[in-house]
Amino acid sequence: MPMITIDNVSKWYNPTFQVLKNCTTSVDKGEVVVVCGPSGSGKSTLIKTVNALEPVQEGTITVDGLSVTTMKKDLPKLRSRVGMVFQHFELFPHLRIVENLCLGQTKVLGRSEDSARAKAMKMLERVGLTAHAEKYPGQLSGGQQQRVAIARALVMDPICMLFDEPTSALDPEMINEVLDVMVELAKEGMTMMVVTHEMGFAKKVANRVIFMDAGEIVEDAQKDDFFGSPRSERAQQFLSKILAH
Amino acid sequence: MAQPLHGLLTRALAAGGYVNYNWNWGIFWEQTPEATGTYFSTLMSGLGVTIMLALCAWTIAFVIGSFIGIIRTLPSKWPVRLGNAYIEMFRNIPLLVQLFIWFFVVPELLPQELGAWVKQLRNGPFYTAMIGLGLYMSSRVATQVSAGINSLPKGQRMAGTAIGLTTVQTYRYILLPLAYRVIFPPLTSEFLNTIKNTAVALTIGVLELTARARSMQEFSFQVFEAFTAATVIYLALSAVVTIGMRYAEQRLVIPGFNGGKA
Ligand SMILES: Nc1ncnc2c1ncn2[C@@H]1O[C@H](COP(=O)(O)OP(=O)(O)OP(=O)(O)O)[C@@H](O)[C@H]1O
Ligand SMILES: [Mg+2]
Repeated sequence: MPMITIDNVSKWYNPTFQVLKNCTTSVDKGEVVVVCGPSGSGKSTLIKTVNALEPVQEGTITVDGLSVTTMKKDLPKLRSRVGMVFQHFELFPHLRIVENLCLGQTKVLGRSEDSARAKAMKMLERVGLTAHAEKYPGQLSGGQQQRVAIARALVMDPICMLFDEPTSALDPEMINEVLDVMVELAKEGMTMMVVTHEMGFAKKVANRVIFMDAGEIVEDAQKDDFFGSPRSERAQQFLSKILAH
Repeated sequence: MAQPLHGLLTRALAAGGYVNYNWNWGIFWEQTPEATGTYFSTLMSGLGVTIMLALCAWTIAFVIGSFIGIIRTLPSKWPVRLGNAYIEMFRNIPLLVQLFIWFFVVPELLPQELGAWVKQLRNGPFYTAMIGLGLYMSSRVATQVSAGINSLPKGQRMAGTAIGLTTVQTYRYILLPLAYRVIFPPLTSEFLNTIKNTAVALTIGVLELTARARSMQEFSFQVFEAFTAATVIYLALSAVVTIGMRYAEQRLVIPGFNGGKA
């Protein structure tokens, strides 16, 4: 059963610039889909349309059977069930780590302060950051901040998770601590859509790989097919460049 | 006071028509002809009015300025245009003109009875000055608030939205707490401007500090003492506010954010 469906989606930033061109794909429940492609190809835009952070002009998107593209009033509730992790973490700098994890729980889900806190501490333990609960984001390393950001999404009990280049702002030595958390999540059966150039991660846990170029989904293939013999020339070029690194 | 300086000032005053100026620093403890107390106590009551007026005007400026500043950062077009128009209007008309409009023109435009009631309000000039100055300063507060919100990383708004916060909640819990910290120093100087601008209120008859200094000069002819006192009091007031704001600013520092050490 598809958790996320993206059907014929087009988006323009202005009348002359089309950033997404008839994109169609879907993500099944429990599936991990990696989205890659050159800079400016529309990966971030596509992933942000899934929880309506970016509106689209054409096409429909559904999450768990609900149409995101036509929904208005219940959008915040739906968004709270779709976890999102950003390239630059975007933790709230004026809130302590534990407060970062409680804000959505209390204000959106209506949980009590106590139960939110308990849940937050449990999730911090899971990402190995219990000792940092009372610190502020600015006092943590990039890798730690990104793990907190993942925990902030997880405390909301998401039905799926979106990642937009979660490791590309990190120093190389911190990439693995974040990828490890993501691998574990994938193994637990979380539905995930991940924009990343970490092909090691893709090979390890992805079910499918989507390759985008110039706003189009050029290739949408099972992992082994994608890495074995990408059909399009553009994907081949992209892969040889990125794997050469 | 140093003798050479006194001599210099006496000469300068003489040149301005004050021949044989008699220095009298004890004047502050003398009774005013109106028998309302000493000159010192009238200056103090002027200071009280100045502080009251500044606080009331600032409250208006802060509340309305924040509202206008916020709507200018909303994603839709009309609130932004409305906010911009508001700012252009109140920022570009001289404060004195605005005060005269509120005091002399607006009551005439009101329905007759309401206008008459306004004109004979006991503290009418004070309320007028409070509103006039408050609205004038609100345009400046609004500019700062918008700038503060716009200075935040775009991702902050997105992160708030993504965890399911509504627009109002995103402002309330994320954008505003951050923005006010960012603009705390410029807001402090706008508050100091508000204090200084209260002096304009004397033109519509508010007996604030400058008005009191002027009436002291008129009754006692001790112009130099009167305005020295006013100057010193204004400076002291600014110093107190500046020190208080510094202290508050330090308390708002977050480790790893606004100048806080990580
Ligand atoms: N708000 C915006 N207004 C106008 N153009 C935009 C806007 N946001 C993004 N774009 C443009 O849309 C295109 C796709 O952007 P997007 O961020 O989705 O690309 P991306 O594939 O994520 O690239 P990267 O790998 O650099 O993150 C780019 O050309 C970008 O310049
Ligand atoms: Mg991107």
